Amino acid sequence: MQGTTLGLVGSTFLASFVEFVEALTIVLAMGFTRSWRSALAGTAAALVALAAFTMAAGYALSTWLPQAALQLTVGTLLLIFGLQWLRKATLRSSGLKAMHDETEEYAGQTAAAKAAHSRRRFGIDSFAFVVSFKGVFLEGVEVVFIVITFGLSAGDVPAAVWGAVAAGAIVLLLGAALHRPLSMIPENTLKYGVGLLLASFGTYWAVEGLGVFGIGHESLEWPGGDLAILVLLAGWLLLSRVLVIVLPRLKRPTPVRALGEEMAR
Amino acid sequence: MKFLKGFAMFWYDFIIGDDWKIAAAVVAALALTVPAMTAGVLSGTALVIVSAVALFVFFTVSMIVDVRR
Repeated sequence: MQGTTLGLVGSTFLASFVEFVEALTIVLAMGFTRSWRSALAGTAAALVALAAFTMAAGYALSTWLPQAALQLTVGTLLLIFGLQWLRKATLRSSGLKAMHDETEEYAGQTAAAKAAHSRRRFGIDSFAFVVSFKGVFLEGVEVVFIVITFGLSAGDVPAAVWGAVAAGAIVLLLGAALHRPLSMIPENTLKYGVGLLLASFGTYWAVEGLGVFGIGHESLEWPGGDLAILVLLAGWLLLSRVLVIVLPRLKRPTPVRALGEEMAR
Repeated sequence: MKFLKGFAMFWYDFIIGDDWKIAAAVVAALALTVPAMTAGVLSGTALVIVSAVALFVFFTVSMIVDVRR
């Protein structure tokens, strides 16, 4: 397996793994507190909707856009996703934002599930169905975007799909074996890593895609080719570590009550 | 109308997320280099490096603005 393919599979695996862990927490909360049948029906409906969305988005992106425009579009999207993740990870590492905790998330979901009224249609609990559907679909759309954008830009959609499928299978197996949220997974660290990967690949492709505005409308070329991705990865890592140290010193003093609200944001 | 609003909100949340400044920083940094390319001011390699540096700088500025407000 080539280095770039390995990087592609690893990136989609990690990004998908984090999203699947979050979706699993929601489905487990609905299954244990409301109804397993309804939670699984919501999950199945979301998977069908995701399959349709994947085909439509994949076809549209690969058919309608020329190479450079495709790189610019998917690179920009990846860059925005990646930098959002990197922003949160940097704020968490610097203590300016509370750490994400799956156990807390699970507690919140189960409390909401217990408080909600029961309304059944066709033997399905509407609340469990809708919450499971939304949870799986929303997290799944991110996975689909990452797989499509990585796959198309690297010209290897099957490798990207296998990375995501492997992540989904492992999360599913762990969830089935443990019957509880996967809070032992170092999710904050994983998100930091995924943010760095998405930002690096996003920068690489978005800048290449800027060539669409040039005279020949052809992709720009990075000095060093694919190796530039490693330089970008090191650059984003270094910048985020510097920000972790510097940002707390730049923060204005916040009133105690507002601080709690901001940390939770 | 409610469906359209919900649809638009979904995509806004999905793409822009918690902090609109990140998306603005990315678009601004990339847009900044387009005139330099169309005017032929920068060559291919220089353009690539300037674009990457612009992304790093704009991200840093958005983070500082986020923390300082």
